Amino acid sequence: MSSTESAEPRRTALDAVHRALGATMTDFAGWDMPLRYGSERDEHRAVRTRAGLFDLSHMGEITVTGPQAAALLDFALVGDLGGVGVGRARYTMICRADGGILDDLIVYRLAETTYMVVANAANAQVVLDALTERAAGFDAEVRDDREAYALLAVQGPESPGILKSLTDADLDGLKYYAGLPGTVAGVSALIARTGYTGEDGFELFVAPDDAEPLWRALTEAGRDAGLVPCGLSCRDTLRLEAGMPLYGHELSTSLTPFDAGLGRVVRFGKEGDFVGREALAEAAARAEQNPPRVLVGLVAEGRRVPRAGYPVVAGGQVIGEVTSGAPSPTLGKPIAMAYVDAAHAAAGTPGVAVDIRGTHEPYEVVALPFYKRRK
Amino acid sequence: MSNPQQLRYSKEHEWLSAAEDGVATVGITEHAANALGDVVFVQLPETGATVTAGETCGELESTKSVSDLYSPVTGEVTEVNEDVVNDPSLVNSAPFEGGWLFKVRVAEEPAELLSADEYTAYSAG
Repeated sequence: MSSTESAEPRRTALDAVHRALGATMTDFAGWDMPLRYGSERDEHRAVRTRAGLFDLSHMGEITVTGPQAAALLDFALVGDLGGVGVGRARYTMICRADGGILDDLIVYRLAETTYMVVANAANAQVVLDALTERAAGFDAEVRDDREAYALLAVQGPESPGILKSLTDADLDGLKYYAGLPGTVAGVSALIARTGYTGEDGFELFVAPDDAEPLWRALTEAGRDAGLVPCGLSCRDTLRLEAGMPLYGHELSTSLTPFDAGLGRVVRFGKEGDFVGREALAEAAARAEQNPPRVLVGLVAEGRRVPRAGYPVVAGGQVIGEVTSGAPSPTLGKPIAMAYVDAAHAAAGTPGVAVDIRGTHEPYEVVALPFYKRRK
Repeated sequence: MSNPQQLRYSKEHEWLSAAEDGVATVGITEHAANALGDVVFVQLPETGATVTAGETCGELESTKSVSDLYSPVTGEVTEVNEDVVNDPSLVNSAPFEGGWLFKVRVAEEPAELLSADEYTAYSAG
């Protein structure tokens, strides 16, 4: 056996649907996922103005149950999960003892003693291993439920109307970052009002066998409202416009939540110790007194697109690095997120440029996000 | 997708028209345009510049990536498509027509270009 043999990419329950739709597929964290079906810009605009349908089945679900489920998560994660009400969700992170970010997560409290942790596909195994290890001594069970769920998302201003036509669940009572069990188009689902697009929308966790009928029902229900299937390419430009971090770009093990400008997710006031507390307290103080680099938005004056890893320069000196960049369909110009030295991080700082393959292209420093929906 | 029979093709996915009065037109194929996704920026050689077969002469940016543009022919650039500079989506919507990129006064006939059928087989592989 050859150790260099590459593993076959995993396919979601909707693989045949994507192929029938003529999707351009891409390998993403070991999964064969739809990158786009047609024009990624049109898909992006559909989500901003109408609705888009996504297959996100690569996301990693981990269930934590037991009398001490809340206590375990309060120890293992940086947030206050015991303080999350049943039926609500929380954006949080799991860190190493040195404060480095292992992953960013959404945690749903499904019942008093049941939580579902949703990890990024690329980090799901790391998160599962860390939670399992940290569960020692707690009366709680950590279960790998990656195979138990397919995940579909309906995102965009028309998504509540589309979903309402398929369910009796109380969507009006379902707040942002809340989730409730229900039936959609005859299929049992966890209906969550979450997303990664900067728009109103829903994520539907269902059994893999139910994914295809649900996809077809949503496609049919959304036809008149202009719902289109959407790939990961537009998901990336949507989250970038919304200023949302992506693990591996804005977040990594070499950064703490404070370095990423997301120190608010760390709850020092919660009961008991948690992994990373000491290091994170130091990181918080450091960020307060002497921030090394700050995550900012950059908007191009020209048309060349900054990409992850490109240097940010000012006065001939490298002052930072682009972490994500793309042409913004909403702004009509290239945008980027970048870590830059604090001295150059204020919105409107003059003289900032991105080194785009040897040419210094002028960029305006702006506060994040680039796009905020009107509520 | 079908690749027009009257064009010749490079392995870098450019097409070259037959020369008229010594001037041939260059563009990228539909296969290449589809692989790039929505093209948002094109940088083309300047009129009067000399391009060399097989060498980079510009770049194409799409949502996910940037790709070098290779000239399939050696010669002097006589015209660039300003329409495509102003509206790069023409590369996606009409790669073999309105999305052409530049015209070249051919100095040297390129040797290793593919026929439409050969390119169709090559790009499917």
